[in-house]
Amino acid sequence: MAEFQPVLLARVGKPDSHLLATYRRDGGYEGFKKALGMAPAEVVATVKDSGLRGRGGAGFPTGLKWTFLPKDHPGPIYLAINADESEPATFNNRILMEEDPHQVLEGIAISCYAIKSKTAYIYLRYEYGRSYRVLQKAIDECYAAGIFGKNIFGSGFDLDVVLHRGAAAYICGEETGLIESLEGKRAWPRIKPPFPAIEGLFRKPTIVNNIETMACVKNILDLGGEWFKSLGVPPDPNNPRDAGSYGPKLYCISGHVNKPGCVELPMGITARKLIDEHGGGVWKGRKAKAVVPGGISMGFLSASELDTPLDFNGPGKVGCLGLGTAAITVIDDETSMVDVLFNCARFFAHESCGQCTPCREGTAWMHKILTRIRMGEGQMRDLDLLTEVAASMGIIPGTTICGLSDGAAWPIKNAIKKFRPEFEEYITTGRKTVKPSESLMAAH
Amino acid sequence: MAVLSEELRNEIRAQFPKYPNKRAVVLPALHLVQDALRHVSIEAVREIAQLLELHPSEVHDTMSFYQFFKDEKHQLGKHRVWVCRSISCMLRGGEELLQHMCERLHVHPGQTSADGKITMEFAECLGACEGAPCVLVDDEAHMNITPEKADELLKNL
Repeated sequence: MAEFQPVLLARVGKPDSHLLATYRRDGGYEGFKKALGMAPAEVVATVKDSGLRGRGGAGFPTGLKWTFLPKDHPGPIYLAINADESEPATFNNRILMEEDPHQVLEGIAISCYAIKSKTAYIYLRYEYGRSYRVLQKAIDECYAAGIFGKNIFGSGFDLDVVLHRGAAAYICGEETGLIESLEGKRAWPRIKPPFPAIEGLFRKPTIVNNIETMACVKNILDLGGEWFKSLGVPPDPNNPRDAGSYGPKLYCISGHVNKPGCVELPMGITARKLIDEHGGGVWKGRKAKAVVPGGISMGFLSASELDTPLDFNGPGKVGCLGLGTAAITVIDDETSMVDVLFNCARFFAHESCGQCTPCREGTAWMHKILTRIRMGEGQMRDLDLLTEVAASMGIIPGTTICGLSDGAAWPIKNAIKKFRPEFEEYITTGRKTVKPSESLMAAH
Repeated sequence: MAVLSEELRNEIRAQFPKYPNKRAVVLPALHLVQDALRHVSIEAVREIAQLLELHPSEVHDTMSFYQFFKDEKHQLGKHRVWVCRSISCMLRGGEELLQHMCERLHVHPGQTSADGKITMEFAECLGACEGAPCVLVDDEAHMNITPEKADELLKNL
């Protein structure tokens, strides 16, 4: 098979890839013009038929989400773009925004036309300062060139795109938390229903989509839904709920590899191939002990599960929460899983928004229990206690409003199930992990 | 005495047309004020609230949720330096880097160097994992930071 040629990353790394002039030279905004010549419903149908599923983590079919908007709504309808990419180990959206902002903006313009929205808000995490400056410049270029604004290309379609900066809170990546934050409030997720498509931003119908999803929409308009569907993995016949994993995907590779980076491949590559063929292998000649399949919320693949295909269906078969953001983190065989799990628990304890008690208390206690184990004062029953706490928090057991909690529980459940002997050995030998940096962080 | 200058007020007012209501300007306003004054005092909260036609408690509620914004007791230095402590950076020495930089400046995370120049902080994933360990200086990411490079970064601020 011929080597796959990147589409989403095709312009990344080229000279002046962020400028409107080079983007238009490469055929940019032709897809938007094509969309403007179609009926909005046709654009929705094109995206729906392509099989595109959201790239933010949940994998909900994008076209289907768009059809949930009320019919013949007088407006306004909003498009809120989730650029709050904060899942640990995930950086593909940042690369798209910094290197090819117009690809993303064209996807946004097409999507707005499809859902009859005249205003798009891009909610960008604060830490992406470079993305902010590059995107704002690209937006300004679009206004100056008549690509955004009133009566675009004489079509009668108006569009405003507003870039909105967050303030360093993971919860803002949850779609209703994002909406609350955009409205100027604390980012406490809302109870659904009503879903945002019915009542979202400023209490109006709203679609929340991810940056990479927007880049996919642009390419679907350019190359056709058939092209998109020709890549990836068809639905698993044994899983009636699997809608297939079509199209190219940006996979992030980080952690203990020789060549960390972001690669674009048809959906369904395995973690082993990502490490060996694209990540330069595990560093220092070591072996992988575990791999995070798609952000730490998804749990862990053990060394024997590295041939799991990373599509929407694969990671779930080996007990992970899902594909997530398709960002793999490789953990070598000289790293303690106790340290890794402690790091995950500390993250979620720090980022729980505090609205739902099981999450606020659960994440805090999991962090405390793992701290105790690392201090050499763990007890065997702590492992069951961790599992019990993890099992009682999240949307799945029905105790929290949003999925942050499920994501916090998953690495705990996976680690203790798949690496239990290592935790037991750590506890029985009375080992300690002493890092001076910890006391520093406790002081904050 | 008002703490927000007329210029700052105008910058906040310039955000109004982007949103259907003024409450949505809370975050942009907090950013503008903190960037300019290096903290958001209670008086600044009152003045923002007045501009946005909100109760001060509504502005304060939002501000205090995001630990990003600091009050008068926790004024920021001229620069804010964040070291990532999340998984991909931790696996490649992020925590040791944080410790190194804190020791250089004789501060704990969250504190500002004695000369008022640099506030050191830890951060959760900065989204620059291909260049772990990563440091954010104000809002610009610096990748593959060794202790030597960190010293260089701090020296140049």
